Amino acid sequence: MDVKKIRKDFPILSQKVHGKPLVYLDSAATSQKPTLVIEALSHYYKEMNANIHRGIYALSEEATQAFEATRKKVAQFIGAKEERSVLFTNNTTESINLVASSWGQKNVKAGDEILLTQMEHHSNIVPWQLLAQSQGATLKYIPLTSDGQLDLSSLDRLLSDRTKILAVTHMSNVLGTINPIKTLIAKAHAKGILVLIDGAQGIAHLKVDVEDLGCDFYAFSAHKMLGPTGVGVLYGKPDLLESMPPFLGGGEMILEVYEDHATWKPLPHKFEAGTPNIGSVIAFAKAIEYLEKVGLDEIRTHEKALTQHALVALQELEGITIFGPKDVEVKGGVISFSLADIHPHDVGQLLDQEGIAIRAGHHCAQLLMRALHVPATVRASFYLYTTTEEVDFLVETLKKARRYFHRGF
Amino acid sequence: MAFEALDDLYREVILDHFKNPRNHASLSHFDVEQEGYNPLCGDQIKLQLEFQNGRVSKVGFEGKGCSISQASASILTEEIQGKTISEIEKEIQFFKSMMQGEVNDEDQDIGDLEALSGVRKFPVRIKCALLGWTTLEEALRFYQEKIKGE
Repeated sequence: MDVKKIRKDFPILSQKVHGKPLVYLDSAATSQKPTLVIEALSHYYKEMNANIHRGIYALSEEATQAFEATRKKVAQFIGAKEERSVLFTNNTTESINLVASSWGQKNVKAGDEILLTQMEHHSNIVPWQLLAQSQGATLKYIPLTSDGQLDLSSLDRLLSDRTKILAVTHMSNVLGTINPIKTLIAKAHAKGILVLIDGAQGIAHLKVDVEDLGCDFYAFSAHKMLGPTGVGVLYGKPDLLESMPPFLGGGEMILEVYEDHATWKPLPHKFEAGTPNIGSVIAFAKAIEYLEKVGLDEIRTHEKALTQHALVALQELEGITIFGPKDVEVKGGVISFSLADIHPHDVGQLLDQEGIAIRAGHHCAQLLMRALHVPATVRASFYLYTTTEEVDFLVETLKKARRYFHRGF
Repeated sequence: MAFEALDDLYREVILDHFKNPRNHASLSHFDVEQEGYNPLCGDQIKLQLEFQNGRVSKVGFEGKGCSISQASASILTEEIQGKTISEIEKEIQFFKSMMQGEVNDEDQDIGDLEALSGVRKFPVRIKCALLGWTTLEEALRFYQEKIKGE
């Protein structure tokens, strides 16, 4: 994999920030976009713009075909046998809300339990809290080990007779921890418990085969995997999706509407009310093609080497605490850390001055922050276009930042 | 040093208050206690005030957060010592206007507060500087309600 060549495909990476080359280390928040995705988006608006699934004219047909071609591409990419099991939403958050609301309202009753983990993003906590509150259900959490992996010692007890669903992230957005989801799914299924995987981070960096995993739902977003913002995906087992009532009502999802009721279209359209983000869905196919061309295995190898390099280099810094696993076999390209004497917010400000974009804060994971006993962390996250030189520059700049903060003392 | 562009934000007075916060303690006796929180970056402040004869006799603050939020709170605790509620209210208004760039502070002697004027150039950080002051505002509101009820 030639990172230098790859970088040329991402026009934003040649930008300057405060007069310094942009060093983008925030791909866990959103990835940058290659030229062919940007061009596909503008091509749609320049030459294909029409609403889908309704016009009988050429433009609408072309747009509909391109939109449905992305569905086919996504199904292929995640190993789903049937295209109708791939639903388009606005983002991962909406995908999870769809399941919590549509499946949850029908299947979760008072006294039931929903099992989550302490490392979840708020988007895989709050929808379940809303469900639990409306149904009188209880939330349980799988705790973490001291190095930021799931502590599975109490799993058999937590997967109880009352548990209805386990919702767990494929890869932590804060610690980079890659969870053993295949094992978790098998254990949950052995007790008849459904499993939803939050794949917002995982799918961008790890090969996913939903049939092999056996998960009931897999939720993710296009924008973290080189695609445009405003496109989410929910994969669901077709039988389950069939059994679920619609999430949103409106145009596009109906067959016939009467004064007092309506009938629904078959999958996947039953869950796609209203005009979707057509142009972005179409451009998303190009992002998947790009990832396939480079190869997810190649990307993972590159990120493993980069993460290993970063872990070693960062350890040199005085007063640093690195959170999460140190073994790159169970860690993706996400490193959260804190410095003893500079608050993450100040670290972020100082790094920005040198053109380095990192994230400082709680990363939408306040339960995890509490488990780590910190109010916030600094997070650097990598992708296929991140270089070793950028990681070294980060470490050098952190050293300089400490000297600056201690000037005159 | 390439961080010179940030010298106006990270003035030495601010770094000094951050590293050696004044009145950084939990008071054993106080008339009002108020917590403030900035969910965006996780900054926290807890402010305790004791009054005697209508004036602030003791202030204590504790908190976790960035240098700007903590230094601003530390400066605040020195500023309000011995002042009446209406004097403090004026001071809060003055500080808020200063952060919004609405007052000319160059000709006034405003002590360590002046060090925070550089924050204005960094709009994202204004919220950090204001946290202690909005917490103080809340504390005064609760205190006034409390003494009204007595």
